[in-house]
Amino acid sequence: MKKRYLLMFITFLFMVALVLSGCTDDAGSGSDGASDDANAEDQGQADEDEQADEGSDDGNTLIFGRGNDSLQLDPAAVTDGESIYVTNQIYDTLVQYEEEGTNVKPSLATDWEVSDNKLTWTFQLRDDVKFHDGTDFNAEAVVYNFERWTTSAEFTYYGAMFRATDDNPKGIIENVEATDEYEVQFTLSEPNAPFLNTLAMAAFGIASPESIEKHGEDFFKNPVGTGPFIFEEWVPDDSITLTKNEDYFGEAAKVDEVIFRTIPDNGARFMELQAGSIDIMNGLNPQDIQNVESDENLQAIYRPSMNVGYMAFNTDKEGPMSEKLVRQAINLAIDKDELLKLYEGIGKPATNPIPPSMWGHNDDIEDYGYDPEEAKSLLSQAGYGDGMDLVLHTFSNPRDYMPQPKVTAQAIQEMLKDVNINVEIIENDWDTHTSGEDMSYDMKFLGWIGDNGDPDNFLYYLLDKDNATPDAGNTAMYKSNEVHDLLIEAQSEPDQDKRTELYMEAQEIIHEDAPWLPIAHTTPPLAANKNVKNYVPHPTGSEPFNLIEIEK
Amino acid sequence: MLKYIIRRLVMLIPVLLGVSILTFSLVHLIPGDPAKSMLGEKATETQLELLREEMGLNDPYIVQYGNFIGKILQGDLGESIQSKEDIAVEIAQKLPATIELTIFAMILAMVIGILAGVIAAVKQYSWFDNVSMTGALFGVSLPIFWLGLMMIWVFAVELKILPPSGRLASTVELETITNFYLLDSILSGNWGAFKDAFFHLLMPGLALGTIPMAVIARMTRSSMLEVMGQDYIRTAAAKGLKKQLIIFQHALKNAFLPVLTIIGLQFGFLLGGAVLTETIFSWPGIGRYVYQAVLARDYQIVQSTILIIATIFVLVNLLTDILYKYFDPRIKYE
Repeated sequence: MKKRYLLMFITFLFMVALVLSGCTDDAGSGSDGASDDANAEDQGQADEDEQADEGSDDGNTLIFGRGNDSLQLDPAAVTDGESIYVTNQIYDTLVQYEEEGTNVKPSLATDWEVSDNKLTWTFQLRDDVKFHDGTDFNAEAVVYNFERWTTSAEFTYYGAMFRATDDNPKGIIENVEATDEYEVQFTLSEPNAPFLNTLAMAAFGIASPESIEKHGEDFFKNPVGTGPFIFEEWVPDDSITLTKNEDYFGEAAKVDEVIFRTIPDNGARFMELQAGSIDIMNGLNPQDIQNVESDENLQAIYRPSMNVGYMAFNTDKEGPMSEKLVRQAINLAIDKDELLKLYEGIGKPATNPIPPSMWGHNDDIEDYGYDPEEAKSLLSQAGYGDGMDLVLHTFSNPRDYMPQPKVTAQAIQEMLKDVNINVEIIENDWDTHTSGEDMSYDMKFLGWIGDNGDPDNFLYYLLDKDNATPDAGNTAMYKSNEVHDLLIEAQSEPDQDKRTELYMEAQEIIHEDAPWLPIAHTTPPLAANKNVKNYVPHPTGSEPFNLIEIEK
Repeated sequence: MLKYIIRRLVMLIPVLLGVSILTFSLVHLIPGDPAKSMLGEKATETQLELLREEMGLNDPYIVQYGNFIGKILQGDLGESIQSKEDIAVEIAQKLPATIELTIFAMILAMVIGILAGVIAAVKQYSWFDNVSMTGALFGVSLPIFWLGLMMIWVFAVELKILPPSGRLASTVELETITNFYLLDSILSGNWGAFKDAFFHLLMPGLALGTIPMAVIARMTRSSMLEVMGQDYIRTAAAKGLKKQLIIFQHALKNAFLPVLTIIGLQFGFLLGGAVLTETIFSWPGIGRYVYQAVLARDYQIVQSTILIIATIFVLVNLLTDILYKYFDPRIKYE
């Protein structure tokens, strides 16, 4: 009798075991490869490992919680913020942004000069820098990296910032040459005013040529740079571990170890912070900001704004949206202050496409303001006094520049009802929303996070006729020759005062033509434990962690 | 019996072919563009076009499907469009995480579910019956999202007795061999890691197990009630057999068939359907992997992983069918 019970129990165990073993065969062969890799890493960095272990015992480990894992740890090959966050710690660029702004200061390059015709840039490099793999950093390494970025369309930022094309994969950088062991010279095909600022973008972090050769296609998961932290381990969708670079040429890190943990759900991540299992997090729900501010153990850190959230009008579409009067009327019909209440204090109303903190912002332009009566009269002038039906495309998940896209769309729907405009909202996931396949929208929500602190990076990409294609940045399909001429002139004008004037003028035309309803510039919140000190968020969206301290 | 198993395994081929055609059509039907998703918003049109050409996205669908199947037949699951990582490597890391969680959840569900069901049936209309069946009703209707967040709030934030999420604390070192963390920690004799991994399993296991537990309890109860009314049970009781013996030996074994069917189905369902639990508890498993791949239009991951999940699903069903024979020897497979 007891035997029977036993038999049942064994069957049960057997069932479990069968399933288990059936799958370990699969898993075993695959993970062998993976652990081999890991072992190879371990040997190379055994010393650091030990230090790291001691470090975490002291609690001198910074754990950063975020919603998504990095895609690749090769900064040139990615554009997602979560990859850049990590590569920012591992790599350095020739020049870097100042801690609180987008002016540049020396980094791997100590000094630079530009020729009178603005075509030749010469950089003096540091001679005391080694990559994490022990090889020397020098001019050849810089040349190697720049040449590598011209070899494939996958190096998005290189192509986007230096305008590489199919026929001309180098873009505006005609030649990069090592003129001395620690001197490198760039020859441009045309003057490019934002050039220096662009070089400071995390995407142009200099990687070790030897490691690139050694790891080949797997370089993206074996990153080797010169930065304040050394890559140690990556458990996909779970965590990325970095350890302090003792030999960092700049200010050495204050923490021994940084762990990036992926915690997909915003609410769960916030609870991890409250439970103390992470030190700092991004992607805080706007509704939780109050909870952070009122919690004596926590602090909210607001990232300075270098973004814009907007509603683009499809100026290319036959019908009302091609009429300037209608676009102006919609600008007048929206009560922006009311709309901004949905931002829980992290948004400022936008008047222009570029954020007010950026140079070149035209402060003289006055926003349309909220005036539904005026809106109605413009609409009847345009022949739409009897009302009309419009389609608004929005997306489902919050983004930094628009924390509540769905509710914002509904609020706009309500406001436009007052001026006899009937709005149909179509909500899609992000990829469908941005795919460019469906051009049937009248209005579409979108936003932009600045890359290099230059107005060109906003105005040219978002509103120049060069980019008025379904796949490019000009969602409004706005094609103004005047604006185009101004923006192109500004790109090659070296004098910043003159550039400012050009951008001021462009913004006036844009304001008058109203291809957008500019909605808001936001200060995306991070939340941290009170004992995290010196976290200075950078407007570009990520920052090196070497100055951060954890107070005991 | 062996013949039967072989026949079932051969049947796997048309099933997988069907699944592959279906997933291929579905992923290509969703609007969106893997090239754009990979290069991001900042990409220029030239870059997108080059990449589409490079990835073969401009080829006719039939060619793309042919390439996919051709690779699969050579045992190559391909590489992720977005991360460039070998999909086989990723699955080897994520599938064990999901299976570990699923098995743990199913053990909880089966032990508690079957026990509750049996007791509820034997003591029909007692307070236990009422309470546990009302509980089961709640169990099937609770949104996992809410339940998971509440559990984290209570056990991790307020009481601080369980870790909030993840598979292992970031400070705990564990050498991964099979990627089943419990197994790995036993194999390497790392008891600290075993304890930590076990504690990390508790909340997600319970959250994931709640629905199957409720379903199993309700099914066991109704099935037991039916059997308990049969003549042979009355005969056994008249013979003077002990009550426990009648319940567990005579009744449960016969009442178990429908329960086993449910268990098999739920098990397969959990393997692919644990997206919510994996998201809330930051569990790096296969459900989240596929979900993210769908969002990112990573066609290759979706197609390959769903094939793997479908295979496991079919195998679990086959196993269930074989186990039927043990519980009901009258069943014959020819």
